[in-house]
Amino acid sequence: MNFLEIKGLCRNFGGLRAVCDLNAHIEAGRITAMIGPNGAGKTTAFNLVTGLLPVSTGKIFFQGKDITGLPPHKIAFLGVARTFQNIRIFSNMSVLENVMVGVHTRSCKGMFSSALRLPGVSSEEKFIRDEAFKYLEWMELAHLASMDAGNLPFGQQRILEIARALAAKPKLILLDEPAAGLNSQETNKLSKLIRNILESGVTVFLVEHDMELVMNISHDIIVLNNGFLITRGTPSEVQRNKDVITAYLGEEH
Amino acid sequence: MGLDSYIQLFFSGITIGSIYAMVALGFLIIYSSTGIINLAQGEFVMLGGLIAVTCHHTLHFPMPLTFLVTVLLVTVIGTLFEITCIHPLKNPSVLGLIMITIAASILMRGIAMFIWGKEEHGIPTFSGDKSVSVIGASVPPQVFWILGVIFTVLIILFLISKYTLIGKAMRATAADRTAAHLVGINVRKIVLLSFAVSAGLGGVAGVVLTPMTLMSFDRGTPLALKGFCATVVGGLGNPAGTVIAGLLLGLIESFVTGLVSSHYKDVIALFILIIVLFVKPSGLFSKSEEAKLKKF
Amino acid sequence: MGKNNYIKCALFLIIIGFLPVFVSNQYYLSVLVFAGIYAIVAIGLSMLMGYAGQISLGHAGFFAIGGYTSAILTKFHNFHPLQAMIIGIVFTVFAALLVGLPSLRLRGHYLAMATLGFGEIIYVTSGAATGLTEGPSGFSGVPSIALAGFTIKSELSKFYLVWLVALIIMILSLNIIHSRIGRALRSIHGDEIASNAMGVNVAKYKIQVFVYSAALASIAGSLYVHHMRFVSPTGFNLNKSILFLIMIMSGGMGSLWGAVIGAAIFTLLPEFLGVFNDYDILMYGAILLGMMMFLPHGLTGLTTKIIQLVLSKWKTRTQNNP
Repeated sequence: MNFLEIKGLCRNFGGLRAVCDLNAHIEAGRITAMIGPNGAGKTTAFNLVTGLLPVSTGKIFFQGKDITGLPPHKIAFLGVARTFQNIRIFSNMSVLENVMVGVHTRSCKGMFSSALRLPGVSSEEKFIRDEAFKYLEWMELAHLASMDAGNLPFGQQRILEIARALAAKPKLILLDEPAAGLNSQETNKLSKLIRNILESGVTVFLVEHDMELVMNISHDIIVLNNGFLITRGTPSEVQRNKDVITAYLGEEH
Repeated sequence: MGLDSYIQLFFSGITIGSIYAMVALGFLIIYSSTGIINLAQGEFVMLGGLIAVTCHHTLHFPMPLTFLVTVLLVTVIGTLFEITCIHPLKNPSVLGLIMITIAASILMRGIAMFIWGKEEHGIPTFSGDKSVSVIGASVPPQVFWILGVIFTVLIILFLISKYTLIGKAMRATAADRTAAHLVGINVRKIVLLSFAVSAGLGGVAGVVLTPMTLMSFDRGTPLALKGFCATVVGGLGNPAGTVIAGLLLGLIESFVTGLVSSHYKDVIALFILIIVLFVKPSGLFSKSEEAKLKKF
Repeated sequence: MGKNNYIKCALFLIIIGFLPVFVSNQYYLSVLVFAGIYAIVAIGLSMLMGYAGQISLGHAGFFAIGGYTSAILTKFHNFHPLQAMIIGIVFTVFAALLVGLPSLRLRGHYLAMATLGFGEIIYVTSGAATGLTEGPSGFSGVPSIALAGFTIKSELSKFYLVWLVALIIMILSLNIIHSRIGRALRSIHGDEIASNAMGVNVAKYKIQVFVYSAALASIAGSLYVHHMRFVSPTGFNLNKSILFLIMIMSGGMGSLWGAVIGAAIFTLLPEFLGVFNDYDILMYGAILLGMMMFLPHGLTGLTTKIIQLVLSKWKTRTQNNP
């Protein structure tokens, strides 16, 4: 049983095939990167795995359980969290509150008990707050806790998004181009952070264009082009693969 | 009930249906180019009717001039609405936009009440009141004026959108605003134009409708609601479907009113809207695959 | 709910407690009862719009269902007002599910239009279903509320009843807002996709808050007819829905206290100015448009801005003259 298994996955937009017959798997406890030229279908694949887009055909299994067609929140409850390529923080909420939303899947009190402050609500609220602070401290954002998330600088918004996803204590985290828009110093920090995340017991699956980062931290690499899987292997295997070079540089090379 | 009553119901249904179609098309045009559902759409019809009343009774314009001046004025009002209320907003939310168009529609209604009062106003029919006999049923001649004018406008609109550069630019903007901007289309101009055209359509509907049903300041909202029903039923993005949906809605309303009860005339369309939202929110005339791609 | 809100609640209680001491005029007291009734609607609507970011243009419809259910059941069928109020809530919840379930699955304008249509359906029906509602002219003789053997008939007792209900609802709502559910609602407002991906069951919470706000409108509707002791369709038309919107917009969208203040202002203002009479919609339109364009955060937003401005001025001055 693979940790995450994608079988014959297809997704069409009208006539366009964004992902086509994709077979891939992710192993637990490793960093897997998915690379490929623009429009290769990487983000679409992420959206399919997290349930944000319906699958045209094919199956997705997470820890042996068929998650194809499940709504996004159910997939989140199974332990899959993600970040977005074009940052999607809740800019109408504070930094702390953003991360507190991350703890949503680890808490359970409903509207009725919250309204009446039934026993257990206050202690759960304290748990959520403490957990959120824990992740803010890890990400070195604790001093900004009460700030409006929308006012954070770009780089910190990316980190906040990761903190929010980690606060769900996921088994698998999907990072969609986490280094996009970061400077080299921030990228260095990010690669350390991603290793830290793995050490804390979360399997990492990322899409990234920064090849230096990818080759540095990944254990496995999946290469897509035009919605198809080209190859899968370790960084050194991928770097030597002819098809990959063709996909990136074009036919004539 | 004889055949003649059915024919009469058919004609009154298709007449009011064509008005709904005009309002629905107005919704669609603005939605396509801006992503806004302009809830003030019905007020353009109301303004069209009432401005025509003033042109005809106070200024004693002949009917063709009344028609032209009214449509022109309503078009200007629609454009001004965009310039003063919609354009100045920076990064408006869906909620904000809805509130703005609602506020504008209330304001227009209030101003109309201030100017024309609460009573109903009428203008004479375009060519007398002598009914025309169609297969034994007597149909008022204004019905043919309404159908004639509206279908002429629809055909002109269709030709413009299909064959002129500006029409193609409008369709391109509707398909993808950013892409249209990148290929050099002046999106700002297209947005203004779409407000102008939508308002103009409302104005036309108002002038031709008023001789039949009279007009008062509060007629806009029900028309907007029904037009919106037609837009949703038509699938938001499909002009032909929208027109068909408008006509269908008019027919259903007319037959239910004539055959069952007139008490609930104004809520039939809304029931249909809620049922369509339940069963097929992408509309009856659009592929659900397309609808999923809309940000709406 | 934070320390801040406990203080506000206490302050609120004190104001309610002592206000009648200064308002001896029975008519003004009656107006304040209306203000309390509208405050209940405004709190619910503010939860829906200001926090969850969903738009309802048909809250007058839910207000009407509560009002008519109470009026009909207590006058013609000898129900106890509390029983009638609860049955009204049940009907309202059912209606809210009927409108909300299809339209809340979709984003954007659908809920606005569906609720606008729903409000019209209720308004038209309340005038047309003469067998049930006595038609457009309505009927009088709705009994007063009775609680534990006491009939709440005087303006003073109605004032205390309505505002205490408002206070309780305020506390419940603040509790929701300052809980994981409240944060989930705000996250939906902020970014529906991200919220969903973080495990928030977006559709469920949207429905819940919609039903909650509809139920509050229903309670307010019941109180309304018991206060007026009369019911007719005119109290429940589109203008009423719009008035509710103006109340929460003027108070500031993301603030429950603002909603209460907005409700109070827009109940009292027309009474004291008397200018609204016939041209109320003109005024409402102008106010709403002006507010949307120039005061998107309402009066609370404006006050905060002014306070900030004054503070920063004062700061620079103290810095310049140490």
